[in-house]
Amino acid sequence: MPAPVITASSLVKKYDDFTAVAGIDFEVAPGESFGLLGPNGAGKSTTMRMIGAVSTRTDGELEILGLDPNLHGPDIRSQLGVVPQQDNLDLDLRVRDNLLVYGRYFGLPRKLIAERADELLEFAQLADRKTAKVDELSGGMKRRLTIARALINDPRILLLDEPTTGLDPQARHILWDRLFRLKERGTTLVLTTHYMDEAEQLCDRLVVVDKGQIMAEGSPASLIREYSSREVLEVRFGSDKNAEAAERVQGIGERIEVLPDRLLIYSDNGEAELEKIAAMGLHPITSLVRRSSLEDVFLRLTGRSLIE
Amino acid sequence: MTAIVPESARASGPDHENENARRALAAGVAPRKFGALYIVEHRIRALRGYASSAILTSLGNPIVYLFALGVGLASLVPEGIGGVSYLEFVAPALLCAAAMTVAANETTYPIVAGFKWNPIFFGMNASPIAGAQIVQGVMIFIALRMTFAVAVYYAVILAFGAVPSVWGIVTVPIAVLTGMAIGLLISSYSATLKDERGQLAMVMRFGFTPMFLFSGTFFPLEQLPIYLQPIGWVSPLWHGVELGRLAAYGHAIEPWLIAVHIGYLVSIVVIGLWSTSRTMTRRLAG
Repeated sequence: MPAPVITASSLVKKYDDFTAVAGIDFEVAPGESFGLLGPNGAGKSTTMRMIGAVSTRTDGELEILGLDPNLHGPDIRSQLGVVPQQDNLDLDLRVRDNLLVYGRYFGLPRKLIAERADELLEFAQLADRKTAKVDELSGGMKRRLTIARALINDPRILLLDEPTTGLDPQARHILWDRLFRLKERGTTLVLTTHYMDEAEQLCDRLVVVDKGQIMAEGSPASLIREYSSREVLEVRFGSDKNAEAAERVQGIGERIEVLPDRLLIYSDNGEAELEKIAAMGLHPITSLVRRSSLEDVFLRLTGRSLIE
Repeated sequence: MTAIVPESARASGPDHENENARRALAAGVAPRKFGALYIVEHRIRALRGYASSAILTSLGNPIVYLFALGVGLASLVPEGIGGVSYLEFVAPALLCAAAMTVAANETTYPIVAGFKWNPIFFGMNASPIAGAQIVQGVMIFIALRMTFAVAVYYAVILAFGAVPSVWGIVTVPIAVLTGMAIGLLISSYSATLKDERGQLAMVMRFGFTPMFLFSGTFFPLEQLPIYLQPIGWVSPLWHGVELGRLAAYGHAIEPWLIAVHIGYLVSIVVIGLWSTSRTMTRRLAG
């Protein structure tokens, strides 16, 4: 792998008394798909805005494509594609016109922009909607148009802040498919998400962020291996009996998490643990054995859920 | 906890790094120079959506005003004002007020919208374009739109025969200067609004309307009691109207006062541009 395209060290962002990012270090290699996973308010978006050379850092070092964003904001931004958390398409313009004006912001020739706009509308599966008003598009379509717009300058790095938040499952899958294609083409992706399935689908490597700090780093699989067991047994005894049951099953599995509505029993063999519970004469209302996910990693690291 | 790409996974970096930086620096040249003009392009494209209504109001407004004042009100003032007919007296003021109306339309809600309801400023700022360039682009576009509206207005005034002097054409740039001063004053405020809870309507009611009425627009400022005249002195509209009357029919103003009028308007433009840029750049970089 060649030199990193993003290098952050001891990166800090403060707003008055509030510290949004409290000293984080990471690097992103070209062609890599890198994720920041964490709950709302973890400092992910702030980090993205600093990487996007828009928000200025309070302290620490940041280099994007070998340049300091404090000095070279416009130059760095000429090489980025940005999909912000909230779409900021121009609602007064039609679909294709949104791409045309955006391409001009980069000083690209009109002919080149027009060609790319048509290709990108094809890629975003919006070719038949090019003269539609932006407001007439569904949430998923708007998101795809925002991604198409972010690609108009053929960026070296694509930044995606919560790309599928607020979309229905089908729209999310279409979007993941499009992003996966970009990844296959070698586009460097940096994305934030609080969905563990999204992180697992799209990220080669990710950092788990909480309260402005990096809690863990690795590939989704290695994080799960390191911080969780292979399987998880989820059992529900009913809200008033959960705590009591939790005491009785102590010692079963490798580790137990007590949530308000259910118990999570971490083990390499969930079914075997369930049998042990039954043998103790306990009968959960529902039980489920599943693979460990990044959600479990997060719970282990912070004692809290990703989506609260 | 750090997340560094493993040393073993890295090839010799410097060349790649330089290549990346070189490409970025080359691609940044055009937007650094022409960014504001790209914003103008965007605004013109967006104007296409409401071009017909913009043209209609540009034509309709002056016709209505000139009929009402020139034909209606003027008949009550047969002797005219200051040696010219009432219509000739009021025409330069109407021109400046027309510029002021464009300013008010474009620098109130559209500025708040650009951050909030149709947050295009954030989209612009994610591209190589800088905050100050966004402001410059938006203002150049407003000045162009204003020039068009004022030119149409001037043509209607000419058709009503309300400009005695050939120098009357100079009232067009004077009106645009006046309008931009007022627009930048308003934008300095509207750029600070994170929530719109009727503040802009207040600006219109307690700022715009009194300025429109008490700036020597429909009657000389000297008609007002002395304690109300300061409204005119601080009002950019009054300074513009005085200059407009000078150009349109040689209204007698002392030379030093001409310098004050021009200096006042230019200063507001400069300060307004600086303050709007500062506010918007800060908000975008937050």
